[in-house]
Amino acid sequence: MARMKFLCDSDRCIECNACVTACKNEHEVPWGINRRRVVTINDGKPGERSISMACMHCTDAPCAAVCPVSCFYTTADAIVLHDKDLCIGCGYCFYACPFGAPQYPRVGNFGGRGKMDKCTYCAGGPQQDNTIVEYTQYGANRIAEGKLPLCAEMCSTKALLAGDGEMIATIYRERVQQRGYGAGAWGWHTAYRETVTV
Amino acid sequence: MMRLAPTLALALLLATPALAQTQPGAPAAGTPEIQAPVPEVGPASGGQGSGQVPESTIQGDTPTGTPAPAAAAAVTAPQARQPSAQAPTPAPFSDRGQPSAEELELQAALRGERITGRITIPDARAATLIQPEGQDWRTFHNRTLTLVGGIAVLGMLAILALFYLVKGRIRIDAGASGRTIQRFNLFERAAHWMTASSFIVLGLSGLNLTFGRYLLLPLLGPEAFTAVSMWGKIAHNYLAFPFTLGIVLLFLIWVKDNIPDKVDLAWIKAGGGMLRHGHPDAKRFNAGQKVVFWITVLGGTLVALSGYVLIFPFAVTDMAGQQLAHIVHGILSVLMVAAMLAHIYIGTLGMEGAFHAMGSGEVDLNWAKEHHSLWVEEELSKARGTVTGPTAARPLGAD
Repeated sequence: MARMKFLCDSDRCIECNACVTACKNEHEVPWGINRRRVVTINDGKPGERSISMACMHCTDAPCAAVCPVSCFYTTADAIVLHDKDLCIGCGYCFYACPFGAPQYPRVGNFGGRGKMDKCTYCAGGPQQDNTIVEYTQYGANRIAEGKLPLCAEMCSTKALLAGDGEMIATIYRERVQQRGYGAGAWGWHTAYRETVTV
Repeated sequence: MMRLAPTLALALLLATPALAQTQPGAPAAGTPEIQAPVPEVGPASGGQGSGQVPESTIQGDTPTGTPAPAAAAAVTAPQARQPSAQAPTPAPFSDRGQPSAEELELQAALRGERITGRITIPDARAATLIQPEGQDWRTFHNRTLTLVGGIAVLGMLAILALFYLVKGRIRIDAGASGRTIQRFNLFERAAHWMTASSFIVLGLSGLNLTFGRYLLLPLLGPEAFTAVSMWGKIAHNYLAFPFTLGIVLLFLIWVKDNIPDKVDLAWIKAGGGMLRHGHPDAKRFNAGQKVVFWITVLGGTLVALSGYVLIFPFAVTDMAGQQLAHIVHGILSVLMVAAMLAHIYIGTLGMEGAFHAMGSGEVDLNWAKEHHSLWVEEELSKARGTVTGPTAARPLGAD
């Protein structure tokens, strides 16, 4: 099986936020929840980079490690998913996640955060694939339809790559060799304990 | 990539029309200034043939911005529309030579710093791109807290079991007298039990969050365990309030009897009566009880305060503050649970007659004389002052 990863080529990202919009639309993500976001570092300064960030589907995911009810699981494609029927909304995954991926539908006083929501890599959840139940809880399941995450699929500059880690790393390496520079793959060291060496 | 900076600077310096014209595959001459970025990339890309089209789109390099549209026009239409005799302003700097994302990420992780930027959505916390502290907190939660909590709770249980096996139940030496003296009034007992009952639920639901997945989850199965944990979480959140009120009440009621004094030193020296046989003097509370009191008041206050930070997430602090609040809350809580196990033991199984103090509030007179001699004297002298007649005064003299 593939080892699915995200790679954001920050030399290509133009901060158009289309990935954010596509994600929200595809999964009908409620107000206040952003499964994907675009962060601009060094804004307006030399070295400005925009990086589209969501759940990185880590190897040895911290969210799964700290979850008190063990509601996380990893698919055969190494996608980190969680079961909202088991989640108690404690917020621990948000404290542990290096990327700020877990989101909560409510503000959260008195522990009333609601069930955690995060990027599913467009792979739905533990419910039956492509059912209305799954869609309501987790959004679309494009992986079950043989498609890659929409955010990466529709990225106009192809800055955001999704797919098998080896393949997207190869694409990125070729790009860097061709154009002669590359700022590297944000989050890879933290999420996968590896870097894209060129 | 790093060595690109000098190359780039050199290329910009040498960005003369002559150089540009010698570049193979360069677009039509006459627009030399716009091709300036091309040669700088050619050598770096290992002399690949396509040194022209994609590379010339790196106008992002030139912060002045003015040459950019011209360059774009040059690529699409070789005949530049606005040829200029002047060379474009060379880039005063370039960001391409900066350390890579991996290096920055590693540096941030080693320094424990967050990588933060600007975000266009209202959620300001989302501006943090990577927070390496999450890994530290994970280590705390999964290793440190589990270890400290496990050792504290199991260790205390083992000590108590051992103590019970060696010493057995502490009896009233003189036997029950059949006469009682009031130790705690109804208000005191109500405050105690409000704190105690909420503490038991808080402690169990809290321990469940750390140990439940290892101990309860395999027994109950995921659905039932989630139901238990969910109710536990709700109980934990709401019982925080009676617990806090209880801490305040207990402090106000008993602080005057819990100031450490010389009697406590003697009591500690005598090992609380455990080392040698006999009962050291004690006032209303002996040194051991004073320790329990201050653990409850000080520990309870800190646990409650850190708990309110956690119950209203991000209301008063940021991510680091939330993580710190959890660390304080978790460690102090498991230590308090261990201390309270000892308190529960000595108040029930460990000592004959002790439970009545918090049960009915009336303790046996002989028990009181053995464990709180000075307090009994004080109480009896108070009683003597109010009650006249020979019968009331006799018990003290008879001793």
